[in-house]
Amino acid sequence: MIEVKDLHKSFGGAHILKGISTTFEKGKTSLVIGQSGSGKTVFLKCLLGLFSPEEGTISYDGKIYSELSGDQKSDLRAEMGMVFQGSALFDSMTILENVMFPLRMFTKQSKSEMQERANFVLKRVNLAEDDHNKFPSEASGGMQKRVAIARAIVNKPNYLFCDEPNSGLDPKTAMVIDNLIQEITEEYNITTIINSHDMNSVMEIGQKIVFLKDGLKEWEGSRDNVFKTDNEAVTDFVYSSELFKKVRQMYLEERV
Amino acid sequence: MKLALNTFLFFNLAGIIRSMNYLHNIGAYFLMIKQIFRKPTKWSVMKRLIFNEIDDLIIGSLGIVAFISFFVGGVVTIQTALNLTSPIIPKTLVGFATRQSVILEFAPTFISIIMAGKVGSFITSTIGTMRVTEQIDALEVMGINAINYLVFPKFIALMLYPFVISIAMFLGIVGGLAACYFGGFVSIEDYIIGVQMDFIPFHITYAFIKTIVFAFLIATIPSFYGFYMRGGALEVGKASTTSFVWTSVMIILSNYILTQLLLSV
Repeated sequence: MIEVKDLHKSFGGAHILKGISTTFEKGKTSLVIGQSGSGKTVFLKCLLGLFSPEEGTISYDGKIYSELSGDQKSDLRAEMGMVFQGSALFDSMTILENVMFPLRMFTKQSKSEMQERANFVLKRVNLAEDDHNKFPSEASGGMQKRVAIARAIVNKPNYLFCDEPNSGLDPKTAMVIDNLIQEITEEYNITTIINSHDMNSVMEIGQKIVFLKDGLKEWEGSRDNVFKTDNEAVTDFVYSSELFKKVRQMYLEERV
Repeated sequence: MKLALNTFLFFNLAGIIRSMNYLHNIGAYFLMIKQIFRKPTKWSVMKRLIFNEIDDLIIGSLGIVAFISFFVGGVVTIQTALNLTSPIIPKTLVGFATRQSVILEFAPTFISIIMAGKVGSFITSTIGTMRVTEQIDALEVMGINAINYLVFPKFIALMLYPFVISIAMFLGIVGGLAACYFGGFVSIEDYIIGVQMDFIPFHITYAFIKTIVFAFLIATIPSFYGFYMRGGALEVGKASTTSFVWTSVMIILSNYILTQLLLSV
């Protein structure tokens, strides 16, 4: 479980995060949503330890990040997996080498053991064996995302972070990626946090939703009550698409 | 009057801000140097990275270095021979002048400026592209010291740079010999006698000391500009240009200081 208390972060004179408090539970897929510029990426980078907050604490299963020593922070980071918006695969390595990379860095496994584990997770994300020796530049966007997920989970992380994992993907592939993340979260009982502004993802896999606006937590809840909320900022965001406007109308008509 | 005062204040303020930026960059550069040697990457991984960098930075540069050295050595010989027209100056001086120019300046300094362009821009653009595509963030999220992982192998690979420079020295002198043979400016015997004349072994030491310093600059300055760049593809290009300019400036400055320190005793 990840617990965030009163998180503040500024850059120069710009106060980006203005005191966010929330919790993310184990085995659940949590989504952080909000418009562009709401502070989602800064929030995620604080959770990853890439940015140091000025105020507030982040604790990972009881371990407060700011109180850990350098080595303890490194050990904790080895328990984290991250899927970047642009996949961030190392282009000098093949798909198999990319997935084996965390094992090579943090374990003492033999080459065959590493290969076996990498093949297993690549199979788990439905990547054909013929593609294992391709370079990232030869892979499609959806394939790159699946490799990024495989690399993030290969070292059995306790925490999985995804920054807009289905941006730039067609709706069908985006749904496959969303479902894959949820399945993996439940299967390995990990704490998963996804940054997104895709309402389809919210409806598909949002077991917990945190809505950010102007660096503040505006609302939190589940996908079931995101349509029922009276919070104006949330309804503005959720119903910005025609499809969801119709869904809300149907819901309200049903209620009447 | 007011306009003149405002203009003066504006330019002064701009100058102060620019100086602060330079100071900030110098500080950040030295912090990066410290970071190169901290929290080392696993040796089994690092070993492979070092061999890859040797292949990219050293072996990959041999062709261009050999080509330039051979022909510039030839040109130095032709220029010297054509300018020494007085009958009282011995022809052996052509070989002597070529050897001195090649060993003291051409091979260590001129080749280093070329390497700052070839290798330096390669380093800045590869690290810069990794920054733009979040590959460096990916390394940091995994708890890897990205500076050690990316810069240390380049630093070690470039410690083999004196090997490149010795090839440049040898080929520069051979180029001069070839120019004598094909151009007929000086006899081959006179050229070889000149090359062997009044040889001071310390000049080789001086050249290699310079080479090691230049290798350090070529490995670290472009890495700094790549690692700390922000933006997209356009900024990668700008960072490569800036890194080449600053690496060249630092090579020329350190060349002057080292020459003053080592040869003017």
